[in-house]
Amino acid sequence: MDVTTDDPKAAEGQHLLQVEDLHVEFRTQYGTVNAVNGISYSLDERETLAILGESGSGKSVSAQAIMGIIDSPPGFITKGALRFRGTDLLGLDESERRSYRGQKIAMIFQDALTALNPVYSVGFQIGEMFRVHRGASRSEAKKKAIELMDRVRIPAAKERVGEYPHQFSGGMRQRVMIAMALSLDPDILIADEPTTALDVTVQAQIMELLSELQGETGMGLILITHDLAVVADVADRVAVMYAGKIVETGSVFEVYENAAHPYTEGLMSSIPRIDQKGRELNPIRGAPPSLMRIPPGCPFHPRCPYARDVCRVDLPPLYEVSASRRSACHFFEEVLANVEGGLTGGR
Amino acid sequence: MADEGNGRPAPERDVILKVENLVKHFPLTQGIVFKKHVGAVKAVEGVSFDLYRGETLGLVGESGCGKSTVAKLLLRLEEATSGSAIYDGKDIFKLPRKELRALRRNIQIVFQDPYASLNPRMTVGDIVAEPWEIHQGRMGKAERRSRVQDLLARVGLDPDHVNRYPHQFSGGQRQRIGIARALALNPDIIICDEPVSALDVSVQAQVVNLLNALQSDFNLSYIFIAHDLAVVRHISDRVAVMYLGKIMEVGNQDQIYDRPTHPYTQALLSAVPVPDPAVRGERKRMVLTGDVPSPANPPSGCVFRTRCWKAQEKCAEEVPALENRGFDHPSACHFAEIERVVPV
Repeated sequence: MDVTTDDPKAAEGQHLLQVEDLHVEFRTQYGTVNAVNGISYSLDERETLAILGESGSGKSVSAQAIMGIIDSPPGFITKGALRFRGTDLLGLDESERRSYRGQKIAMIFQDALTALNPVYSVGFQIGEMFRVHRGASRSEAKKKAIELMDRVRIPAAKERVGEYPHQFSGGMRQRVMIAMALSLDPDILIADEPTTALDVTVQAQIMELLSELQGETGMGLILITHDLAVVADVADRVAVMYAGKIVETGSVFEVYENAAHPYTEGLMSSIPRIDQKGRELNPIRGAPPSLMRIPPGCPFHPRCPYARDVCRVDLPPLYEVSASRRSACHFFEEVLANVEGGLTGGR
Repeated sequence: MADEGNGRPAPERDVILKVENLVKHFPLTQGIVFKKHVGAVKAVEGVSFDLYRGETLGLVGESGCGKSTVAKLLLRLEEATSGSAIYDGKDIFKLPRKELRALRRNIQIVFQDPYASLNPRMTVGDIVAEPWEIHQGRMGKAERRSRVQDLLARVGLDPDHVNRYPHQFSGGQRQRIGIARALALNPDIIICDEPVSALDVSVQAQVVNLLNALQSDFNLSYIFIAHDLAVVRHISDRVAVMYLGKIMEVGNQDQIYDRPTHPYTQALLSAVPVPDPAVRGERKRMVLTGDVPSPANPPSGCVFRTRCWKAQEKCAEEVPALENRGFDHPSACHFAEIERVVPV
């Protein structure tokens, strides 16, 4: 999670994944969209890192950069490094990169229905992984597909292997996606809003499945979401993104107990909670900025209750709050002193 | 809900809308020229509730439970198969065309998707003023512009933006435009069909606060349809939990969230994550197995029995009525008992 160079593990390339100063931009006919503006984080085995942010914060684009699935043009990774066990993925050519995609790093998406091909059976699509990457025969691939469907607890896998995506419910389709993602035993699974389109009871089933599978395989999980409650339930560490930058990172317990960045604090006081009634919601004023016109200085300053003159000019670096914690706010100490800003024990 | 005053906010309040035994079956047909009825999707199957003046009734349930169909029926955007909804002494479902227009003046709706519910070719001023165009005589042409600006200001938008188009606004601002349009005719009831689910977290709270403020200013009644149980708890006075076209349990928000008696309510609440890592692993989870059965072929007896851990023979044979079962609010379960699932 470290940005500074004093992380010994980073120096030796021991992290499972190390993202360093990643910049992604999209050059469109209307101008350049600065989607990711210098983010750094690391992920270890068995760890769950949540990337928390609203739409347009750059959280999904950063994940697509790791997977290497950004359409270029218009998207360009202009700066940075993505080290997978020490190897910089950005330095690889496309054929080498392919050996990572799906095999070392896999991804599941929000909308499983659009991510699956409607004209092939789910068994065919899961088995495709083995046929393409492992050279398996059709019958072997089908057998593997059934095994995987069992593993993600799709009932009657043997009977359903020949069915098509539209015959599955939303939750079952997401399980099919997970089966495909896990088929080649990846070291990292990126889950981009995996439960946003699902009902709450199904969401609980899917999150439980993901953490069980993580326990079995020891994979690192990057969970991209806007849902603070889901993060509280499963994440070890959290990185909060705003306007293409990480504004706060730390262990989920620290961050939820007392936010060190005004944006995190604002998010936490604006959500209604199932276990609280009648608490006044304190929304963040205004709306997130367009990534084509990110405000100068701290990008959050137009919405920030702590903002001073310096915030309009100086882009705050990620200050060290504690050994495991960073905040990109000039006045993080003041934010920390506001104890109202946490979610833990506030009930 | 028709039985004695449980879950009511205050007994002296007047009922503004009384819905009884609402049923909607969508026919399933086969064949192209000669359509043959082969069954029906039972989207709403006998829903009854009262809506009091000035209150918010939350309608919750998973997708496909029929909550949005209830909204459409009440506005007569769909025709009900049977049942009644008494508003202002008249049954909504029996109103002739002419009176229907007057009804729609008083019952308005705010939709989920602020991108799809505003005409991209109309200016904001025209969108908000359109209700007066349709309901002639409510507002003189001369006053309209200033009234539109008042409304925009009231929902927190810049009144000078009347000539802008929807695409120039963000999602939260568009939802405010939709709310301004719903307010234009001074309705009694606003049906909010997932009004904040398409919005970002930080913006969602702004809209929820706005809806709350408008309710007290204009003495509005809301039917608030949502799948997000935390938002519903925040905004609702009473909550009705739906499953497969039926109300499983209804009560005020304390009764539903702190003392749920129906297994489905308990399962639903236990699945909602709490934004507090400190309670991780301490909560009891009732993870439901399987999927919601098809509403074209719902289970006999209690519709929830196929996924219920308490189900017994009686549940397959006898439909449990939504009635008082010795607790302080009605529940449609033969084996209702209080189990606390939301941490205190």
